Amino acid sequence: MVDATSGAAPLNGDPGPRYDEAPIIEVRDLTISYGRTPALRDITLDIYRHEIFGIIGPANSGKTTFLRALNRMDEFNPGMDVDGTIRINGKDINDWRNVYALRSRIGVVFPLPVGLPLTVYENVAFSPRLRGIRKKAQLDEVVERCLTRAALWDEVKDRLDSLGSLLSGGQQQRLTIARALSQEPELLFLDEFSIAVDPVTTMRIEDVLKELRSELTIVLVTNLVQQARRLADRTAFFLTGELVEIGATEDLFERKVEDERTTGYIEGRFG
Amino acid sequence: MFDATALNRRSYRAQGIAKAVFCLMTVALVVPVLLIIGTLIYKGGPAISWEFLFTPPRNGMTEGGVFPALVGTIWLVVVALLASVPVGVAAALYLSEYAPDNLLTRTINLAIINLAGVPSIVHALFGVGAFVHFFRFGTSILAASLTLAVMTLPVVIVATREALQAVPQAFREACWNMGATRWQTIRKVVLPNSISGILTGVILEVSRTSGETAPIMFTGATAFIVFLPESVFDQTMAMSYHLYYIATQQTGVPEEITFGVALVLIGIVLLMNAISIGFRVYLRGLKKW
Amino acid sequence: MAATAAAMDRRDLAWYTDRAARVLVFIGGISAVVFILGIFVFVTKEGLDFVFGALNLREFFTSIEWRPTSNNPTYGALALIVGTASVTGFAMLCSVPLSLGAALFIAEFATGKTRETLKILVEMLAAIPSVVWGFVGMSIMHPLIIRIFDVPLGLGVLNAGLILGLMAAPIMTTIAEDALKAVPDTYREAAEALGATRWEVILKVVIPASKNGLLAAVLLGVGRGFGETMAVLMASGHAINLPTSVFDSVRALTATIASELGDTVYGSDHYGALFTLGILLFLVTFVINLTADVVVRGIRKK
Repeated sequence: MVDATSGAAPLNGDPGPRYDEAPIIEVRDLTISYGRTPALRDITLDIYRHEIFGIIGPANSGKTTFLRALNRMDEFNPGMDVDGTIRINGKDINDWRNVYALRSRIGVVFPLPVGLPLTVYENVAFSPRLRGIRKKAQLDEVVERCLTRAALWDEVKDRLDSLGSLLSGGQQQRLTIARALSQEPELLFLDEFSIAVDPVTTMRIEDVLKELRSELTIVLVTNLVQQARRLADRTAFFLTGELVEIGATEDLFERKVEDERTTGYIEGRFG
Repeated sequence: MFDATALNRRSYRAQGIAKAVFCLMTVALVVPVLLIIGTLIYKGGPAISWEFLFTPPRNGMTEGGVFPALVGTIWLVVVALLASVPVGVAAALYLSEYAPDNLLTRTINLAIINLAGVPSIVHALFGVGAFVHFFRFGTSILAASLTLAVMTLPVVIVATREALQAVPQAFREACWNMGATRWQTIRKVVLPNSISGILTGVILEVSRTSGETAPIMFTGATAFIVFLPESVFDQTMAMSYHLYYIATQQTGVPEEITFGVALVLIGIVLLMNAISIGFRVYLRGLKKW
Repeated sequence: MAATAAAMDRRDLAWYTDRAARVLVFIGGISAVVFILGIFVFVTKEGLDFVFGALNLREFFTSIEWRPTSNNPTYGALALIVGTASVTGFAMLCSVPLSLGAALFIAEFATGKTRETLKILVEMLAAIPSVVWGFVGMSIMHPLIIRIFDVPLGLGVLNAGLILGLMAAPIMTTIAEDALKAVPDTYREAAEALGATRWEVILKVVIPASKNGLLAAVLLGVGRGFGETMAVLMASGHAINLPTSVFDSVRALTATIASELGDTVYGSDHYGALFTLGILLFLVTFVINLTADVVVRGIRKK
């Protein structure tokens, strides 16, 4: 059996989620459609600083679409129609004059690792370079720090100059996490990051995430119910574009739910 | 096992015949190329020498070489490339990286198809009307090269667009998610990973440009001039026009020389083409993803 | 922390660079449209004086008297139109079956190295410059035709048509092959599972499914032949004549412009008349290309 206590256990010096402060992400009446087909309907929720916020639900329930809307990636998806309000740090994301600065505050990790066709080093140094960091020493420092925090440094420190795509799947996924961290983000979005990663690496990444919680806010989209249970402080359940349930992860797994479908999904009766 | 019925056997025979007929048809198309190249080498080969390449024609073009025409063709091609590559790459970037699926984009695509389909002599008329007279460049390398540039623009656009679209979309997404602007994404990821494909297209364009005759006849090429061009406002000899001239307008040119000129011209064109093809085949085995 | 995030929301150099790049790239993007309009405008502009002046439409389309340099100039383009039509028509007669056959062979029968080699040879065929083709017509085909058919002149419809057919073949082969390749393999597999031989599959499934693409290929081939200049000029004999046999010399629209433009005075009637031929060529190729595009678009919709 899995450990009964849900959510990441607070580590030393980690005070945990700040439910008493203003939320970092506020979503109000968010409806997204592709053409005439609605992908997400009337989502309203808050995400607080320093929490790991889990989103679970079967395929096509709008989880990925939700993440894309948060950093205004709809710009690159013609036909994706976003309606409603999203505020990050209290500021409507559509009010940002420089949307690229907004995106640079948000690190994103995809289901399949996307190593840029660059060396390991250049993958991690990419974002710092965009921000105008040129000094080799400074870049070296960022690369080592981010790779270390993604639990990859020891494995790649001797092959920083080989192509990122030559690493194993699990290593590549940690490389993309290191790359996301190199943005020095306030928010980290993970979209089913473990789909192509072996269980041992998954566990290592989960440990990394638990440590990161003290520094940033994590939105974890996952198709593994137990992963949400292990990591998330609070969890939302999306089903066919609707927010069915939201609450403390513990409550969801203790069946303190408002909707029967939540229990059904968690217990694996569908999905 | 199944027995081969009469019907079955007949349809297999039909298949065999069809295959043989189509094979012959293909052969009928490709054999002439080999015959032509073979004849040009056989009849023009003896004329080729360093002297032929590096001396000007003498004695009413009945002796000497092709040096000024060779230099002129290089001028025309280089100036045409300088004009068409930036514009063509920009157009391909727009179509591949920016253009939404709308009426304007469809119009642009249609314009590209038409630009490639308009007869070369109409391009020549355009060059005369626009560059020679309207912009007052006179008959010059500049006017001829710009005419060639407009004409071969579709080659660059199509090849570049293909190269750009071969870069996986996931790379762009990853960059955008890191907060890179579209331009940063293009400059740091898309272009570096498609540059060799673009180069393939540019080499192909060199091949096309160096063989064109009609567009330069009235815009900048001249039959005979002793001086090598010194600026883009000079007229120049060119290999393609030189071949036309000695084959049709000048009498008494020995066969060896006309075949030699044709051989040099087709040599340039096919060499460039072969480099482009070879490059493409090589690249296919070199993908980083 | 909210303050930091807001402070980061500045339009920096990268933002402005992106904007500038967007504008530049857009200008490049519409350049093709600008140029095609430019071609139309400039060719029309130079021809306009003639069209509204000396042009007699009836004479232009019905007379074969093209005498622009005589003291009493006449501009009958009928022989030129017939010349272009006869050479293009003869070229297509030879080239369409061969090109489509070659496309079928390359797409459906040839495999591996053979396929690659054939494709490269077809590409080389496309690469040979038109002036070299014309030279081949004059110096190789011309004596060959005289010897084989025992005729006095080897420059005419036959010579130019064969050359033009070879020149138009690569574009037809390539486009037709693309069209055949675009037929999903599931169609082929389904038919083969029913016991059809490959040839039956091609005949009953692949060709019907790709007929629009094949039609577009032929149209583009016609456009290519119609607009060809140097090769026709050099191999057709360039004599104003309504041909009665394939050995007769003819004169094409394109070739007329190429051979006469150099001798005209800027702005004269003759100059304008040649640009008027240009307008005609532009419009016809435009319609051909447009039709081919519409036909191809038809497939994609399905």
